[in-house]
Amino acid sequence: MAAVLTEMSYRDAIRRAIVEELDRDKDVFVMGEDIGRYQGTFRVTEGLFKKYNEEQGEWRIIDTPIVEPGFTGIAIGAAMAGLRPIVEMMTMSFSILALDQIINHAAKIHYMTGGQVKVPLVVRGPGGAAKQLSAQHSHSMEGWYAHCPGLVVLAPATARDAYGLLKASIRNDNPVVFTENPGLYTTKGEIPDDPDFTLPFGKANILKEGKDISLIGYSRMTMLNLEVAERLAEDGIDAEVVDVVSLLPLDTETIFNSVRKTHRAVVVYEDWKHGGFGGEIASRIGEECFDDLDAPVVRVGGLNVPMPYSRVLELECMPKVDDVLASIYKLLK
Amino acid sequence: MAKQAQHELTESPAQLEQFYREMLYIRRFEEKCNVAYRQGLVGGYMHVYIGMEATAVGWNDAIKVGYDYVITAYRDHAQPLIMGSDPVKVMAEIMGRKDGYSQGKGGSMHIYDVENGFFGGWGIVGGHTPLGAGLAFAAKYRKEDRVALCFLGDGASNAGVFFETLNMAALWDLPVIFIIENNEFAMGTRLEYHAADTELYKRGEPFGIKCERVDGMDVLQVRKDAQRIVDWVRENQKPYVVEIMNYRFAGHGAADNDRQLYRTKEEEEENEKRDPIARLEKILEERNVMNREKMEAIDEEISEKVEEIYEAAVASPHPDPSEVYDHVYCDMEPEKGH
Repeated sequence: MAAVLTEMSYRDAIRRAIVEELDRDKDVFVMGEDIGRYQGTFRVTEGLFKKYNEEQGEWRIIDTPIVEPGFTGIAIGAAMAGLRPIVEMMTMSFSILALDQIINHAAKIHYMTGGQVKVPLVVRGPGGAAKQLSAQHSHSMEGWYAHCPGLVVLAPATARDAYGLLKASIRNDNPVVFTENPGLYTTKGEIPDDPDFTLPFGKANILKEGKDISLIGYSRMTMLNLEVAERLAEDGIDAEVVDVVSLLPLDTETIFNSVRKTHRAVVVYEDWKHGGFGGEIASRIGEECFDDLDAPVVRVGGLNVPMPYSRVLELECMPKVDDVLASIYKLLK
Repeated sequence: MAKQAQHELTESPAQLEQFYREMLYIRRFEEKCNVAYRQGLVGGYMHVYIGMEATAVGWNDAIKVGYDYVITAYRDHAQPLIMGSDPVKVMAEIMGRKDGYSQGKGGSMHIYDVENGFFGGWGIVGGHTPLGAGLAFAAKYRKEDRVALCFLGDGASNAGVFFETLNMAALWDLPVIFIIENNEFAMGTRLEYHAADTELYKRGEPFGIKCERVDGMDVLQVRKDAQRIVDWVRENQKPYVVEIMNYRFAGHGAADNDRQLYRTKEEEEENEKRDPIARLEKILEERNVMNREKMEAIDEEISEKVEEIYEAAVASPHPDPSEVYDHVYCDMEPEKGH
């Protein structure tokens, strides 16, 4: 029987996933800055403190001091003992403080212990630029984490994927870095009315089929690529939109199959262009699909500058529809 | 310095012999590790516990092994040995062999025996202190009465993440005991050159955490203090900070060949008079619990046992190159190839 679909925002889909998993498993708890009484800076955890701590009298929604290394480490220790913490980073930029705990501890524990210890941890929060938060609050961290074996790194673009993958992340025994994007929170999508709906890691989606060019991206850039595809259609160009979704593990098969069909690829990512994850995707295509390509693989990334405050300058930094179009027309010449 | 205890002998002869055996076992095991290191059988960094034996032995006797949690930094051979872990698996791990606790993926700094409650084995100074609090967090969350012992060095007591952890341990009443092993040196930097306040137990004070400085060289006193503190934490479900005064007779690590750069021979000789093993031997003899002959027999027995452990570890095969991918993830294959 097909599940009934409900339309909701990306933010509400994430909240629903958290609530369902909190209800399903007493070992699941949420920890982070201002996530309880204040209900989260982006309101993802709205209503949770009231429901679990006040009404049910449980200790499940835990406000922390503003100390990312400390509370991330405590969550890792709790996960080592079998609990399933969901750590919210107020923004993924702040997870930089907790890199030692995430990279040097969480990602290594299962390996260093020879499989004795599991770390069923989810670190989630908004990554990428919001609106005029300037240089220290606008980092795209997913590419940094995707460099590190031992982690699962997800950057869903749709409400459905966010819902299914977050539930899968909470149930999974590996440490997962789950990147949301502030620009996606209000976007809407349909999610199944099924509390056991989960999605597998390492699975990319084709959001629009096409035959002329592959537009490859993740998180908010997938939505940008859908707009680009519409504009290209006006010119009679049939673009395929590949939503990478999962950076680690990476679904190269779906990406390669798309490129083998279209013979052209543009990789779009919000992170700094230099050394960003889009470069990894481009080089994979170069290595595996060289004979299928009719043109070089092109990357469109964020400008290689710290994120400025001015809205004019900020918009200049992030890839826009016209930037992607310009690179495509250059390619098609 | 902690005051020298003059205590009544309340331990049974069997208990005293156990402490003696455990300390000697650690000492001989670590000496053998040093030999193995010099033979090239151990690579990387290795930090032995020689001189500090009374600390691990006294605290281990105060907990419920296999129920309570124990976590420490990279000077981590001693705890598993006396917690009942398989010593061959410990030494095999130190040698990077297949039969090691982590099948050769951890090494000397990363020994774990989770079945016995030993959670390692960590290489980043101070980095494991929130993990220790996290273990205690899990106990509190599940309403169990486990306590967590989190050993750290005097060097780690300066780490920012340790202060963050102390705050949350106090804020949430976590049943964790931070045992600052003050062996007077953060690697090669003497206490007064690395800590503005050298009374390290006071790290707990700003957070309202009960804290004290205790002796770490007299195993009987260590055990008494440990039992009192463990019982208090289990009963009251609150954290505790203990600064335990000991001294490492060896260098920081096996690669530390220039101890004279940071301390004198005279100082070392002076401190060797505090040797916890010699000290217990004196008590055993004075109180007619054990004569020198018996001690020598025990030493011989333990040395033989350590020799057997060594032989078994050396006989363990190296891991197969294909094992490099094992345990990167649970239930998931990592991508393979260069």
